[in-house]
Amino acid sequence: MGAVQPHIRIQTADFDVAAEIARLTSGRSDIGAVVTFTGLCRDEAGRLSGLELEHYPGMAEAEVLRIAGDVCGRWPLQGITVIHRYGKLEPGDNIVLVATASTHRQAAFDAACFMMDFLKSRAPFWKREHVAGGAAGEWVAAREADEAAIANWRK
Amino acid sequence: MKLIYFAWVRERIGKAQEEVDLPAHVETVSDLLKWLKHRGEEYENALQHPEAIRVAINQEHVDHGERLAGAHEIALFPPMTGG
Repeated sequence: MGAVQPHIRIQTADFDVAAEIARLTSGRSDIGAVVTFTGLCRDEAGRLSGLELEHYPGMAEAEVLRIAGDVCGRWPLQGITVIHRYGKLEPGDNIVLVATASTHRQAAFDAACFMMDFLKSRAPFWKREHVAGGAAGEWVAAREADEAAIANWRK
Repeated sequence: MKLIYFAWVRERIGKAQEEVDLPAHVETVSDLLKWLKHRGEEYENALQHPEAIRVAINQEHVDHGERLAGAHEIALFPPMTGG
């Protein structure tokens, strides 16, 4: 089995989850499990008109690739796809996709979870709120729970 | 040396990037944050809690104790909130 090449995209455009699953599985008969995680923009009970996502071009791709590389070193995967959007997003829009393919489900679940935990605190993206009826609002503050999630993987 | 700022660090400093000549005594990330803080009110405002600032050298995360030697691009930004 050759080394897995993570498929990483940082883009403004939306993504199609079914098409991304097909990209991982098409023409293969050795994959028994695909796990996908999709993160969406929410309106916080009507408070927000959307989110604006800023990123560090170059480093965002590089850091996501570094994390995906770690993931491939920890779990036996046949493929991993990570897509992260930036720019202005509205409630209901997709923000991020992580898809992992493996022979068995546990590796696919755990790999997707690790990928998201590290992406949240290590990939250089910043969210800013846009308040309903207003202009740009506050930058979203990092949550301690996100750092704790990373610490848990180190135990 | 090229410095790049993101999110509220960029907004408070009032620019996205700049070229600076670092004095010889600025050897580590921590030294750099201290030196920048004294460059004016906007820097003071952005860097008042230096421990909250995350830093990348040549597009890789580093700790504040990291040395600057070999750096050609240093980025300062708040804790990340993607995903």
